[in-house]
Amino acid sequence: MSISHAPSSSSKPDISAISASDDSPRAAPDLEPIVPSSTRRTRVPRWLRRTSGPLALLALWQLLSSAGVLTAGILASPERIAQVGSDMVADGSLGIAMGTSLQRVALGLLFGAVIGTGLALVSGLFRVGEDLVDAPVQMLRTVPFVGLIPLFIIWFGIGEAPKVAIITLGVTFPLYLNVYAGIRGVDAQLIEAGESLGLSRWGLVRHVVLPGALPGAMTGLRYSLGIAWLALVFAEQINADAGIGALMVQARDFLRTDVIVVCLIVYAFLGLLADFVVRSLERLLLQWRPTFTGR
Amino acid sequence: MATHVHRPVTSPAVRVEGLTRSFDGRTVIDDLQLDVRPGEFVALLGRSGCGKSTLLRILAGLDRDIAGTVLVPRRKAVAFQAPRLMPWKPVWRNVLLGLPGKPGREVAEQALTEVGLSHRSDAWPKTLSGGEAQRASLARALVREPDLLLLDEPFGALDALTRVTAQRLVGELWQRRGCAVLLVTHDVEEAVLLADRVLVMDKGVIAYETTVGLDRPRDITDPRFAELRARLLGRLGVDAATKTA
Repeated sequence: MSISHAPSSSSKPDISAISASDDSPRAAPDLEPIVPSSTRRTRVPRWLRRTSGPLALLALWQLLSSAGVLTAGILASPERIAQVGSDMVADGSLGIAMGTSLQRVALGLLFGAVIGTGLALVSGLFRVGEDLVDAPVQMLRTVPFVGLIPLFIIWFGIGEAPKVAIITLGVTFPLYLNVYAGIRGVDAQLIEAGESLGLSRWGLVRHVVLPGALPGAMTGLRYSLGIAWLALVFAEQINADAGIGALMVQARDFLRTDVIVVCLIVYAFLGLLADFVVRSLERLLLQWRPTFTGR
Repeated sequence: MATHVHRPVTSPAVRVEGLTRSFDGRTVIDDLQLDVRPGEFVALLGRSGCGKSTLLRILAGLDRDIAGTVLVPRRKAVAFQAPRLMPWKPVWRNVLLGLPGKPGREVAEQALTEVGLSHRSDAWPKTLSGGEAQRASLARALVREPDLLLLDEPFGALDALTRVTAQRLVGELWQRRGCAVLLVTHDVEEAVLLADRVLVMDKGVIAYETTVGLDRPRDITDPRFAELRARLLGRLGVDAATKTA
């Protein structure tokens, strides 16, 4: 069939090639091996691969500092920062500041989690609750919570209360939104199956709705944690006499970029730690999830 | 396993009289009558959209926007086309879900053994194959010791080989348990293989019904089997059936 078409459409060498292959037995195709994934993967362990990027960045930083491109007035060298950091740990100032900050975040997170999930349960589970709760929450959500700091200082003074309140406010909304979406996203087929099994209303909530909303709740928790640290930094920059933020404000007054960076590292480290906690929690609570986990 | 000819039964397992169900003015079930005797295996055939799944959902108590009389046993269980296992519960907890009281794990194990799935009792549903998940769903239905078992195309999503095994399993379980079964399916062969009585639903009513007088276990190569299948296919509007015999 191809020969009859060939003369009109293609040039002479093509025709001869086709007829040649028709005469001789079909040439075997080139084979290529399908390599098992275990051999295709590099032998470098995962943790090493994951840490090599940050380490390279750190080396570059140290290089620039040593070369004199980065002066101490702009950004202290990693070496200097490590020195100052260990000094601050040794004299206990960093530990105390960390403790204070951690306590603020923990309290704010606790209050925010209780309020956020509580409201989400009310509006997620009951249509009446949705009508009453959802609209005001959605309105309040659009208010930038950092902008409320002056108001909170007037209401709560300059002690711990306004700081915890700001964190609480920041944590509440992402949790509310995600838990609510999680509840409303539960597969209706599973609800129906639960009904057919004779589950009571509370049984449905406990065995079907809440576990089904858990992935959403975990996402909300992660967002909340991120915002909690952010809110902490804002709250501590104002009128704080203790905590990481207070250390930073003092350091700014003395142009100590090394101390500032140490504080930033502590913030980052605490954030990382919180993320690790949530990840572990997810691995434990969401092990049933049939989702793609990456190659 | 001789099935009795129609005669008034004092206490049926299912009694439906004058059942009507409409969706936004479109009548899906129209003044439907149906009786199922205790222990009877009834297959409900019909083209898609004929209302057979709606009828099953009504009998399961999942759809209550109805007019008419529907009487069903208090103890009833459903197995859906999709297994609908709670993905966050291991298999044995899925089996016990919704049972009254605090039944021990051995109750679940027993039901799982009955469907040949005791070795997967600790597994997460995501790790089950399609056939295993469907068997878990069956165990979950059976553990309720139902007087009426409602099966909504439970083999529809299974591959051909798994389906044969699953059909055989359902047949055995029914003979052992002696509960009434209503099997909704679009597979004529499956209906004739399993049921005492086959109903064909069309335009919201039972348009045709026939008892299956063949001895069990049934042989699909039996000419009477083929004849019955062809007749039912004809009722469903498929005329090419004669040549398959």
